[in-house]
Amino acid sequence: MTEEEKKNKSVYGDGPGERTLARHTLSILVDNEPGVLSRIIGLFSGRGYNIDSLTVAEVSEKLNQSRITVAVTGTPDVIEQIINLLARLVPVHKVTDLTVLGPHIERDLVLIKIASNKDDLLKAYDIANEYGAIVTDKTDESYVFQFVDTTAKVDEFLEKIIPFGMKNISRTGSAAMSCGKEKF
Amino acid sequence: MNTTTLQQKPSNSTYTKKQLSGAEMVIEAMIEQGVDTIFGYPGGAVLPIYDALFQQNKIKHILCRHEQGAAHAAEGYARSTGKTGVVLVTSGPGATNAVTGLTDALLDSIPLVCITGQVPTFLIGNDAFQEADTTGITRPCTKHNYLVKNVNDLPNIMHEAFHVAGSGRPGPVVIDLPKDIQFAEGDYIAKDKAVTHMYKPQTDPDMAAIEQAVEMIANAKKPIFYTGGGVINAGPKASKDLTEFVKATGYPITSTLMGLGAFPAHDEQWLGMLGMHGTYEANWSMHDCDVMINIGARFDDRVTGDVTKFSPHSKKIHVDIDPSSINKIIHVDLPIIGDAGKTIEAMLNIWKAKGYKTNHEELNKWWSQIDEWRAVKCLSYKKSDTIIKPQYALERLNHFLQKNEKETGQESFITTEVGQHQMWAAQFLPFNKPNRWMTSGGLGTMGYGLPAAIGTQLGNPDGMVVDVAGEASILMNIQEMSTAVQYNLPVKIFILNNQWMGMVRQWQELLHGERYSQSYTESLPDFVKLAEAYGGVGLRATTPDELDGVIEQMIATDKVTIVDVNVCQSENCFPMIPSGKAHNEMILAADAEKFDKKLV
Repeated sequence: MTEEEKKNKSVYGDGPGERTLARHTLSILVDNEPGVLSRIIGLFSGRGYNIDSLTVAEVSEKLNQSRITVAVTGTPDVIEQIINLLARLVPVHKVTDLTVLGPHIERDLVLIKIASNKDDLLKAYDIANEYGAIVTDKTDESYVFQFVDTTAKVDEFLEKIIPFGMKNISRTGSAAMSCGKEKF
Repeated sequence: MNTTTLQQKPSNSTYTKKQLSGAEMVIEAMIEQGVDTIFGYPGGAVLPIYDALFQQNKIKHILCRHEQGAAHAAEGYARSTGKTGVVLVTSGPGATNAVTGLTDALLDSIPLVCITGQVPTFLIGNDAFQEADTTGITRPCTKHNYLVKNVNDLPNIMHEAFHVAGSGRPGPVVIDLPKDIQFAEGDYIAKDKAVTHMYKPQTDPDMAAIEQAVEMIANAKKPIFYTGGGVINAGPKASKDLTEFVKATGYPITSTLMGLGAFPAHDEQWLGMLGMHGTYEANWSMHDCDVMINIGARFDDRVTGDVTKFSPHSKKIHVDIDPSSINKIIHVDLPIIGDAGKTIEAMLNIWKAKGYKTNHEELNKWWSQIDEWRAVKCLSYKKSDTIIKPQYALERLNHFLQKNEKETGQESFITTEVGQHQMWAAQFLPFNKPNRWMTSGGLGTMGYGLPAAIGTQLGNPDGMVVDVAGEASILMNIQEMSTAVQYNLPVKIFILNNQWMGMVRQWQELLHGERYSQSYTESLPDFVKLAEAYGGVGLRATTPDELDGVIEQMIATDKVTIVDVNVCQSENCFPMIPSGKAHNEMILAADAEKFDKKLV
């Protein structure tokens, strides 16, 4: 059997060819109720979409609402499908594609622990200083730095500082918001 | 929401006391929601609800013999009546057995509310007896689900569940109800006082888009209507308006498996079903059209064939109530989010108000092209004097059902199992009204037909309900024979018995080098004796001569009846769009013999 014949075996035909992928940041306002995160994650896993990062926290105690910020990479079709699928979940109030909406701010937070000799600690401190990271814990043999910036900038910062004795990293997904006076 | 304020009871309340138990709230809410029939199976974790059922007489409980049967019966009831079907099952195995029915309802957009018992709240997560993570298991196969942890939340959840199940794109909703909540007492909240959350799907279409669509429709040269289950779900008026609109345009119309009956099949503009086993004329018209008007269908892979070659030259209008159906499989030029009924009504109104006229000359050309495709007579098959062809059996069944309808006014309802017989039923039985055809389309669930027929008969006590079945499918829920006997439901089970899992055998013949792996059904029961063992009537036809008499006998019985029609074993279901092919590459029965099987 030739490759061509093999490919045509399935009634489902061939899958789509390669398409351009793009990273989108979605902001989802949901009811803060048990299982809501599981519904959203289940939607991604059930349809085979990958989440790059995810952040969730309550934003309004009064309205009992949480905001989930999801960064996801996919083709325009997949992103459109994800947004529509999210929007039809019963506890989801609003889904906003910040990437499509226009200029927006995205921030990741990272905590990094450096433990090393005095020389390295000093160099690490200089890098942290240069990037505007904050010292959140300090002993004679270690630092814990906190750094907040875009995903790319956090990556860059980590790349620079890791060689000086990284012991541990804890990093969040993005929190995001549109620029300007509009709500979203 | 912990509502503690005392609500006024509706005057027709079943209960006179102020505080109701969770179990009583379930009954009360169902009555308020207009439920009169529910399908279920008792067990430890739902006993309080069964106890409450015992002490009232407004809701009739149908005891099915398996929870899957209960779910399909509720689906049949829902599809044939337009109401929401209700299922009541116990925890653990009760819930997991219902999962197939829930998934079936999700894929075919059937409104169901399924109440599952659960172990008491303080035992959840302890691997208690008959405990399963029901909300976890059913999350991907329901439109929404709830785990009730406070009895005061229950009335709102009950009302919201019916709202979610029945509005927007309908679907199944599960309420997982721990046993202690069923016993606990709280304040009932009446339907009109309940907070139905914030689930408000868009059902009103965008009028500007409708105007644009109607203009596109009017200017079309080679148009086609492609309608689906959404029109059926929108209610009988949607079908009526669709028929009026299609008649006003004079355009051809085809429909998906789920949409059969929305437009009368006896009309000359009807092209038959489209898709993998659809008609030649429907598929070619879809391929060659210049304007496609999709109302309430979702471009399923069994409809589109190869998507890269799907109707390449057309502008596509897509009306769907679910935004996530738009551009999911096929990119469309004009999407309209809204209820099919409201959209068709709006289109019809604009068509009339603006006095649109179709392009007669072009339309005549289009119809003469379609007539050429029709002349192929794609549903023809070789007749036989000695052996019953399944298509012939269905033609005779149709003849006698029509005759019965004419003579007695008794309306026919058809359910099916899944496989060749299902496709033949769709091809050979004409449906002229909505809600007369109940079949498992999206999920393709074997064993759907008999319980669905039971639900249909309960919703339509005066109807003639026939389950067109295969001998393999029917065995998957044969235990529901008992249910039919218990409730005196005279459903007719018309088995096209070819002793093979016909569709599997057909694919093995065409796609897997005639290696018939596990598709022959050995050791079949004697269906006549089986029917009698359950207390029903068993009939058999082995030659074409016997067929008419047997069908007449079947129609005349007032008991559940199995008709074992011994049909040709090697018959294949044609026409067919083979693997990875387009609508204009379908093969006909006549081609099948000369067709190089290795190439499929």
